[in-house]
Amino acid sequence: MMDVHTSEKPAVAGDGRQAVAAVARAVLGETIAQFIDQCVLRPQPASQLIAVLHKVQAQFGYLGAEHLDAVAQLMQVPAAKVAGVASFYHFFRLQPRGKFSVNVCMGTACYVKGAERVAQRIMDELGVGWGETSRDGVFTLEGSRCLGTCGLAPVVMIGDDVHANVTPEQVPRILEKYIRAAREAAV
Amino acid sequence: MAKRKGKMVSLTIDEVKIQVPEGTTIMEAAEKLGIRIPRLCYHPDLSLSGSCRVCIVDVKDMGYYMAACSSQVWEGMVVQTNSPAIRQARRDIVELLCDNHPMDCQICERDGRCELQNLAYSMGVRARHFEGKRKRFPIDISSHSVVRDSEKCVLCGRCVRVCAEIQGVHNLSQHGRGFHTVVGPAHLVNMDDSVCIQCGQCINVCPTAAFVEKRGASAVWDALANPELHVVVQAAPSIRAAIGEGFGLPPGTPCTGKMVAALRRLGFDAVFDTDFGADLTIVEESHEFLNRLREGPLPMITSCSPGWINFMEKFYPELIPHASTCRSPMSMVAAIVKTYYAQTKKLDPKNIFSVAVMPCVAKKYEARRPEHALPDGTPLTDAVLTTRELIWMIKCYGIDFASLPDAEFDSPMGVASGAGDIFGTTGGVMEATLRAASELVTGKPADRLEFTEVRAVEGLREVYVAIGDHNIRVAVANGITNAKKVLDKVVAGEEHYHIVEVMACPGGCIGGGGQPYPPEGMKVLDPKLLALRAQALYRIDSGKELRKSHDNPAIEELYEQFLGAPGSAKAYELLHTHYTPKLPRGIR
Repeated sequence: MMDVHTSEKPAVAGDGRQAVAAVARAVLGETIAQFIDQCVLRPQPASQLIAVLHKVQAQFGYLGAEHLDAVAQLMQVPAAKVAGVASFYHFFRLQPRGKFSVNVCMGTACYVKGAERVAQRIMDELGVGWGETSRDGVFTLEGSRCLGTCGLAPVVMIGDDVHANVTPEQVPRILEKYIRAAREAAV
Repeated sequence: MAKRKGKMVSLTIDEVKIQVPEGTTIMEAAEKLGIRIPRLCYHPDLSLSGSCRVCIVDVKDMGYYMAACSSQVWEGMVVQTNSPAIRQARRDIVELLCDNHPMDCQICERDGRCELQNLAYSMGVRARHFEGKRKRFPIDISSHSVVRDSEKCVLCGRCVRVCAEIQGVHNLSQHGRGFHTVVGPAHLVNMDDSVCIQCGQCINVCPTAAFVEKRGASAVWDALANPELHVVVQAAPSIRAAIGEGFGLPPGTPCTGKMVAALRRLGFDAVFDTDFGADLTIVEESHEFLNRLREGPLPMITSCSPGWINFMEKFYPELIPHASTCRSPMSMVAAIVKTYYAQTKKLDPKNIFSVAVMPCVAKKYEARRPEHALPDGTPLTDAVLTTRELIWMIKCYGIDFASLPDAEFDSPMGVASGAGDIFGTTGGVMEATLRAASELVTGKPADRLEFTEVRAVEGLREVYVAIGDHNIRVAVANGITNAKKVLDKVVAGEEHYHIVEVMACPGGCIGGGGQPYPPEGMKVLDPKLLALRAQALYRIDSGKELRKSHDNPAIEELYEQFLGAPGSAKAYELLHTHYTPKLPRGIR
């Protein structure tokens, strides 16, 4: 999320504020838009920002740039501020979750047995960092502290499957199975 | 900070007793005693941040060092601003900032004029003790105007505050947290795709080179070295008032002649005066104003400041019908260069390379707008240099600026009235317009030339000006936060102005985002510095015989030979433009 990315210049949708607000309502949906309408009526509406972001994340699973911009328009809080708040708190996800979460155990036992090298291999294979989702939308990489199966270290959980004694060399073959599953599900 | 009137507080700073009004900060109190506590994130015109911790002092019985900029004094406070331990702590703080900063001072834009560099030197940082991991971010050079290099950012937040508080744009924020914190627009998009208005005040307030202008000099060097190209240059009014600072001349020294001489020595084939474009703007704009007096819509809002135009398109698109359709003086001169001048010189416009020296980084964006191009797409302006870039080019070329003899601009776009000169400072466009409009409205010679009441040195002026039988309601604003106060009243229909002048930058162009960094002893956006630069322009104006734009013989000749009359179809085609609402829409 910290990469510099140039967005396409959006087409201009009318010059009035109403047109921009209508687009924002359509992005967030009426339920959230009405929640924001309520928030804006309260004293210090900007202080409701985090509550609004929670609602949006509950609805969409993450906070995309389009959601944050829409929140900015409807709350009349600058988009830079909305994005700054969203990126500050670990609870908020700025990318959609992949179909499978890849959970690399970084607990003491797994760490000692080489979990870091396994995690690095996964990052290299998928081109993602911690908390990020692969470009194809299949995997989200997450780290956790001790899954409670230290005898199997190093452990990687993918979806509900536990993979034990994982070496960096095994990573491509393990991931392949899920890529195939995702592809089949899409067909 | 809330200062209650009358109530005084006694305290001791470095064993000297002092009384100051309640609400004063330690830093302000120390300044009264001639103690300048080192600082970085602090700026008197911006809200307090207290984040850099460079200004720490020892307050008796507190048990920890306090930030002098953000701590108010109390009765009986005992402050120590200096001791071996405090100096060491400050040095460690600055050293830690340096350790997370590139070590490339010699190849950095700000080398020699960097606050972090100066601070590190004055704190006595002479070695690296904490070398560790350094933050890494890609440089964003994709904007036409502003380059963002977050590796050089020290997270002082001055850019975030100037953008929000002085400019009302709120484009910048800190994103992420801890070691990964980065300053940028929402979603870290390109500055051109954000609500950025390209005013460049983030560049001015940045203590390092985390924000700098997009470089234009390489293209200009290439053009100057290309024998096929006829390279012309124009220089904006405010350049002559500030360029001397780059060569050690006292701020406020008018340098028109030396500037022209230096440009000629750099090899430009013709050196023109943007003031001529300013005069042309006034002739067209006062003509437009007379039409608007009859047919509306009023108020007419000036259109010279490209930062303001960017702001209007993104934040107040409903005001577009109110913006004067006149191109800026820069684009007017550029339009005449590639048409009339090309014809008289028998040159193909494609073989003309047109350079503009501007106090402004938004002009770099303006030059790239498709509206400012010939029908075949040839841009009117090929390159824009800031004052800082021109100073650098002159130094690079080895020209001894201070000892240059004065030289004169080339004709036909070298003659300008004093009204053109004052375009470079707040109220100047208004004053120039009033000089012309008073004669156009009454049909009689103006009874006065100076309209000091519209010189909005404090940021905002709303006054009535009598012109013949008319009482003209005018507003002059510089700095977008000031302008918003006027614009909101226009939108709400609360006030009925005739003319509104908006300059995006504090003080007008003299405080532009491309102007020299302040000389030693002065701060960024220093009112004293702005006043000196403005004085230089007023001195040039009052020293001229020719003080009214429409009396400019070169302008009269241009209309006779080429344009016809003000507001003619040809004038409209070459000298006017249009605006479009833009996204993303800013929150105002």
